Amino acid sequence: MNWEGILGAAARAAVGRDAVVFCLAAIGLNMHFGYTGLLNFGQAGFMAIGAYGLAVAVNTIGLPMWIGLIVGLAAAVVLALLLGVPTLRLRADYLAIVTIAAAEILRLTFRSVALRDVTGGSSGLTQFARDFYTINPYSSGTYGLWLVRVDERVAWVLTVGWGLVILLSLMMYLLMHSPWGRVIKSIREDEDAARSLGKNVYFYKMQSLILGGVIGAIAGFITSISSQSVQPDTYSTPVTFFAYVILILGGTARIFGPIAGAMIFWALLSLTNSVLRAAVAPDGPLPGLLSGTQIGQVRFVLVGVSLMLLMIFRPQGIFGDRKELALDER
Amino acid sequence: MRRFLWLVLALACTVTFFGPAVAQAQEEEGAGEAVRGSIVQRPEEGEPEPVEGVEIRISTAAGEEIGVATSDAEGNYLLELPGPGDYVAELNQESLPEGVGLTNPDRATLEFTVASGQQRPLLFPLGEGAARGGRRLGAFLSLLVSGITFGFIIAMAAVGLSLIFGTTGLVNFAHGDLVTFGALVAWWINVRGGIHLVPATILAVIVGIVGGLALNAGLWRPLRHRGTGLIAQLVISIGLGLALRYIYLIVFGGRTAPYAQYAVQRGLELGLVRVAPKDLVTIALSIVVLVGVALVLQKTKIGKAMRAVSDNADLAASSGINVERVIQFVWGFGAGLAALGGVLFGLNQQVHWEMGSLLLLLMFAGVTLGGLGTAYGALVGSLVIGIFVQTSTMIIPPEMKEVGGLLVLILVLLVRPQGILGRAERVG
Amino acid sequence: MSDSLPPTWVDDVDASPGSAKPDPVLTVDGVTRRFGGLTAVDVEHVEIQRGAITALIGPNGAGKTTFFNLLTGFDKPDAGSWVYRPLTANGDGHREQKLNHMGAHNVTRAGVVRTFQLTKALSRLTVMDNMKLGATGQSGESMFKALIRPLWREQERQIEKRAISLLERFKLIDKRDDWAGTLSGGQRKLLEMARALMVQPQVIMLDEPMAGVNPALTQSLLVHVKELRADGMTVLFVEHDMDVVYDISDWVIVMAEGAIIAEGVPHAIGQDRRVIDAYLGAHHDAPLTDEEEERQFAEAQEVLESEEQVQ
Repeated sequence: MNWEGILGAAARAAVGRDAVVFCLAAIGLNMHFGYTGLLNFGQAGFMAIGAYGLAVAVNTIGLPMWIGLIVGLAAAVVLALLLGVPTLRLRADYLAIVTIAAAEILRLTFRSVALRDVTGGSSGLTQFARDFYTINPYSSGTYGLWLVRVDERVAWVLTVGWGLVILLSLMMYLLMHSPWGRVIKSIREDEDAARSLGKNVYFYKMQSLILGGVIGAIAGFITSISSQSVQPDTYSTPVTFFAYVILILGGTARIFGPIAGAMIFWALLSLTNSVLRAAVAPDGPLPGLLSGTQIGQVRFVLVGVSLMLLMIFRPQGIFGDRKELALDER
Repeated sequence: MRRFLWLVLALACTVTFFGPAVAQAQEEEGAGEAVRGSIVQRPEEGEPEPVEGVEIRISTAAGEEIGVATSDAEGNYLLELPGPGDYVAELNQESLPEGVGLTNPDRATLEFTVASGQQRPLLFPLGEGAARGGRRLGAFLSLLVSGITFGFIIAMAAVGLSLIFGTTGLVNFAHGDLVTFGALVAWWINVRGGIHLVPATILAVIVGIVGGLALNAGLWRPLRHRGTGLIAQLVISIGLGLALRYIYLIVFGGRTAPYAQYAVQRGLELGLVRVAPKDLVTIALSIVVLVGVALVLQKTKIGKAMRAVSDNADLAASSGINVERVIQFVWGFGAGLAALGGVLFGLNQQVHWEMGSLLLLLMFAGVTLGGLGTAYGALVGSLVIGIFVQTSTMIIPPEMKEVGGLLVLILVLLVRPQGILGRAERVG
Repeated sequence: MSDSLPPTWVDDVDASPGSAKPDPVLTVDGVTRRFGGLTAVDVEHVEIQRGAITALIGPNGAGKTTFFNLLTGFDKPDAGSWVYRPLTANGDGHREQKLNHMGAHNVTRAGVVRTFQLTKALSRLTVMDNMKLGATGQSGESMFKALIRPLWREQERQIEKRAISLLERFKLIDKRDDWAGTLSGGQRKLLEMARALMVQPQVIMLDEPMAGVNPALTQSLLVHVKELRADGMTVLFVEHDMDVVYDISDWVIVMAEGAIIAEGVPHAIGQDRRVIDAYLGAHHDAPLTDEEEERQFAEAQEVLESEEQVQ
């Protein structure tokens, strides 16, 4: 096997576009699930609405890109309000059902023929982020070190993406070490207790849902800007589950959880992918066991199984402390 | 815990066992792949007529657009494809002339697989537009019948979902994949094994029951014993569903396949309505099965125990009911019903690896509408959702019909969160 | 009996359900709550005296906790209203405020705080964070101000000071940086009470404060409850242990089947015929022979008296 090639691919995956995007999505989920205890299974929907808000504003309406970004963020806020109003007063599992349904509603709506003139149907919209690349400070060439080398466009996307990750992580740090964060965490522990201490639980949950959703929309921006396209099926339900695996892997309710989780997750996926490909190659140990398409599908099986195993054996994440877990029995 | 590892191992073996058989079909690079066909209208009386200028958009399974083919004066179209693989063809219904429509508007989007070097033929059967003036009532009644069929299918799957929630508190996001499981097993026995669909269905239900029992014994019971929280269990069920679904995809492939029998049936004319006999059988069978479910719940000892556990598990346990045994029964019962629902769904719409997970959200809608945790609520709610989803296509495009069902779910939560038949609970 | 002298106001009050109090802090009117066909609470009128310790007793299923839930906004009644009359800030008068239709958090902010039957320690927060959470009106609890530390640092310091003095009083100061989830059952009860005091309430409602607490700690909890009264707070508590009721309460209200069936001073309530019937489940609509009734009554009196003598 070509180990340098395999490691190079893993290293690229660990800092690449997918890692950035899912890291952002997981930061949002950390707000929801890790700190507040909200079961948002529609993070893909928040990503989609951010991406489509931008693309539709620029391509269909003809607004400048920076207004498109505002449209995307505003759309995420509206979505959070729409989801939160009926469900945040109810039991936690209702939010799970409604968010997963809402993400599907969005995807089906965006890809519908009826809206083809607005959203481009199943093929989506393209070329709405030229403004982003015209302000690219990198001149053309390759950037990076050792095995990770990217062109100037990718370098610009990654710079902005990881910059946002750092910025948002810092914001999360400040929030979670403030009285606001204390209220949020108390809601996760026991919302009746928080209510009995005079906290407007509904209002705080809504703030959390909006904030995490907006961060999800930002993840959608990076997804769509980096490929200059939005397609409805990019934002299907498994995307949310990927983000959950990343979050739990890195550790919920930790500032660095999403970052560590995203990097490890994508590096591992790349590694298993390379190893599988090598294994089923004509000269490998299991020639022809799986086709190329099927190897791509194995990834989803692995994600599903990891989600189960993590939840069963290490819900505190790979860096977590077992003691913390013992506190969970309430 | 060891049991759980066995389960994972068994799953892994399934993949390796079925993997190669499927993989063969898609190997070998080749050239000259294309998709072709002719768009011809076949009125009930008179000669077939070619239709010109109909647009068919082809994209890859991943959603990347390849191009748009347009039918010529003979109604023929052809589009070259970049290589073998899975594709999606979508007929632009707005490009059809007035008075011409798809015989089955659900089939405007077709997924298909192209083998190496194949010129894949693709048919879009056309007839007179479904929604033309005087036929509206007939069309509505047809949709009503198909809605009732669909509602019963949802109900059959949802009863298990609701019972499992009622007795264990688990919101089982993998329940849809139990539905697919039944449909796939039946397909395997029926098409690959060459056994008639009726015995194949019975076998599939048995396999489904065994699968449900195994899931409970190998996964959920150990988790309950460990004291794993309900939220954690919910997340675990999501992981399980995702893994199962993609194992199905790897094993079964991305195609849509019919059963060997009853796939195409001439509709029976019943007054204004034309109904496929299989739909009538589905409805009749569902009624029989669901009445049976009701009798089990009302009359039998185990049914009463199930309702007691649903009401209050601690109380049931202290009054001598073996709660674990009841839960075991619920899993077998629910998974068997899900498998049967899956076969009927496959009969109704063909077999597909994702069919159950698409149904899952409608099941949730039905169950929530009826009140989470009540078996009868699940039944009524599912029927309402099924009928609503199908008849809504009178007004909204068929591709959007699921959206309507899911919106109902959200509206119900807004207005009456405990469901139509649910009760408000005491807080604290 | 109570080790402090019984307050004088009790002599002027009728020992009958719904009797008027000289200075009621809470006045409840016509509150009903039904679950399906079952009427869980049906309280016609009741007043809670300011600055007193009032016990709410009754057999299981009498609707005590539901009544608590209603008063504190955790549940919504089918009908009824209740008025809260807090002292004004300078302490020389009082306002009137309707609490029905108010959310739980607003009831707390108005100055009526509650605890729960099953303690709700916030496990993965430290003891100190549990305490700080109790303080109301924190500017750092706004999402935007939270990002700018100087805006709330000084207030946080004040809150911490208050929390430390309460933790010292409740002997939890050694645990200040431990996760609340590591505390023992009794310590959690203490923490919950101390946390409720961070709200600076005028009325504190305790749902079975002594349940599941070992005897040694019960004594210290009792002392803490009496201190609340000494600090001018009104205490309303649900309790099953009659010893505790006799020990600390100034006034006892008895509920059965959702309604208030008796009120009175602790030593008198044990003699009350309706109370004994309620506890022994003698239904008025199920007639008994005179001898049987006589016998049950004697038996119940014996039970209650023997409980009294333990003191």
